[in-house]
Amino acid sequence: MTATFWQRLDKAGRNLAPFAVTVMMVLVGMVPVPMPGYAPVAPNLTLISVYYWTIHRPDLMRPGVAFVIGLLQDFLTGGPLGVNALLLVVTQWAVLNQRRVFLASTFALLLFGFTLVMAGAVVLQWLSFSVLNGAALSILPALFQGLLTVAAFPAVGWLLIRVHRAFLNG
Amino acid sequence: MKSRSSGSVIRLAAPLRALAQRFSFLLLVLASIALMMVGKIESVSVDSARARVTDAFAPILDAISRPAATAARVVESAVELENAFDENQRLRAENARLLQWKQAALRLESENHSLRGLLHVTPEPSVSYIAARVIATPGSSFVRTLVVTAGRRDGVRKGQAALSGAGLIGRVIEVGEWSSRILLLTDINARVPVILANSRQRSILAGDNSDQAKLLYLPPDSPVQVGERVVTSGDGGLFPPGLPVGVVTAVSERGVRVLPSTDLARIEHLRLVDYGLPAADLEPSPESR
Repeated sequence: MTATFWQRLDKAGRNLAPFAVTVMMVLVGMVPVPMPGYAPVAPNLTLISVYYWTIHRPDLMRPGVAFVIGLLQDFLTGGPLGVNALLLVVTQWAVLNQRRVFLASTFALLLFGFTLVMAGAVVLQWLSFSVLNGAALSILPALFQGLLTVAAFPAVGWLLIRVHRAFLNG
Repeated sequence: MKSRSSGSVIRLAAPLRALAQRFSFLLLVLASIALMMVGKIESVSVDSARARVTDAFAPILDAISRPAATAARVVESAVELENAFDENQRLRAENARLLQWKQAALRLESENHSLRGLLHVTPEPSVSYIAARVIATPGSSFVRTLVVTAGRRDGVRKGQAALSGAGLIGRVIEVGEWSSRILLLTDINARVPVILANSRQRSILAGDNSDQAKLLYLPPDSPVQVGERVVTSGDGGLFPPGLPVGVVTAVSERGVRVLPSTDLARIEHLRLVDYGLPAADLEPSPESR
């Protein structure tokens, strides 16, 4: 008996932080901003969160967790089921495979890595929507969304570092 | 890190764990693809599940959308303050013009009333409105929907028209207990039977995930002009005829583009309209119409 019940509960609660924060990102990403043309290109905050936690706490951002979050996003956004689930699972897998590179690298490389991941995500998203709709859709809005997400990465990343330090003490 | 004594266990466990990880990845990818198929085939049960999930998260979405709306309003009022003088001038001019229209409308209304009396026209079913606030947008490039704060207990039904300010913006596709989802005109899955106001040409308005929708099935030599108004035709019985939809903005080889009369990006509140039309279940039944 090394930890009391409360200690274990506290630890479990803290370990939930990556999941909770990512779900929050799903919800915040859906806030309607009354700006012309914003909604289709709103930054994909969820992807940033999954990227961050897979690099820093892969034990708390498992494929299953990514899948559940993606599924929740599919349900809430009203798009076809499974697209975001697939997107996040593939992202988690790709980042996990290159995790050593990211962990040792500087912020610039981290941003570069995210740009690559985002590019892959844009193409994957576009492909799945095109296949599901049975028509070649325009990839441009998704590209702009990707650019905005990369632009939002430093700010959101900073926020995630704060959460990381506050709940999982670094 | 574990100590050296358990090295053999680690050596054995590492490949196993890698295998399990890879397997779970494949499994989840397959599950995602299976879900896409299920969503295509079993769309009714998926919709009801979706409505339930949206219901569960609606209070949170409602709470976090309020500060954003307030912030936007503060910014907007600052901008409006700057333009107050010009805006005032414009509104005065518009008010003068609208007063003339009001006179015309009153005259037409009384004329219409007396003509109806002469012809014994059955009165149209009474229309009830449900006001709702927008609490979420999809935040995706490929989906154009809105989530609003009104559901079954407020009287929302699937298929109801959603209006905002100047005209039609979409229809209800999914109803939860206290939230529902609106498919906007510009979504790639949206189809609205319309008629061109001047040339009386019937057509289908179809979204393609851009800001403007396009008209389908127009004859190649139809006399469509830029600036022509597009209204619902009432075909199919889902919407009543005559709701303003948008304005033709471009006529070219690649098709006719229509700009919705409401700015779909800035909708904060909307009205869901129950016309009492018998096609709410979207099933083509013989007695509808």
